Amino acid sequence: MTATGTQARAVVVEREMPFPPEKIWRALTQPHLIEEWLMKNDFQPKVGHGFSLSAEWGVVNCEVLALEPNKALSYTWTGLGLESVVTWTLTPAGAGTRLRMEQTGFTADQELAYRGATAGWPRFFANLEQVLARAD
Amino acid sequence: MPDAHDLLFRTLADPTRRALFERLCREGEQTVGALTAQAGVSQPAVSKHLGVLKQAGLVRDRHQGRQTHYSAQPGALAPLIDWTDQMRGFWQGRFNDLEDLLKRMDQ
Repeated sequence: MTATGTQARAVVVEREMPFPPEKIWRALTQPHLIEEWLMKNDFQPKVGHGFSLSAEWGVVNCEVLALEPNKALSYTWTGLGLESVVTWTLTPAGAGTRLRMEQTGFTADQELAYRGATAGWPRFFANLEQVLARAD
Repeated sequence: MPDAHDLLFRTLADPTRRALFERLCREGEQTVGALTAQAGVSQPAVSKHLGVLKQAGLVRDRHQGRQTHYSAQPGALAPLIDWTDQMRGFWQGRFNDLEDLLKRMDQ
């Protein structure tokens, strides 16, 4: 691994939803339902199944890593410069479900890093000024 | 990766150096002479700053005849840019759509 941009990071989004885990599980694992909230796909609920998610802006390649009906689902999420794993966890909470999504990974592709940096650098400089001001 | 961060922060903490880098990002490749004309410091000073930027991987030089052309390598900023900000926004939008779908599935 090279040193640049390979640092693993994670993003977590968590929300309580007033629906039972079984229902959310269907939305997470049935292709025609996945398409409605995420992207077009050829998902199958089988460990080792390779599938892709596609939108106008690009394609994400995935492989199912783990599956525990109504409880947990994990797949790789590779594309657009990002190598990562997405893990869904469903926990009963009162009458509903706590749904948690964790994505862990790193940017592997310099092109994305380049584009991200080009788009992000004016904001970066604004932030840098603030950081440096605080560091005094 | 604190070392990479430190190097980038130290390199860009200098306002003259930062201005040179910003200009290369905005305007593309430039010669040392062209950069000096607007930098407000001497050519040896500009060359020295460009050398520091080059060491940090923030610029690349290209020799053509007697001229040295410098271009920005904004990819070097990647360690400071967190992809998770973009993905967090993406997933929050997906969560909203998922919740809308679940409501429709009730009916």
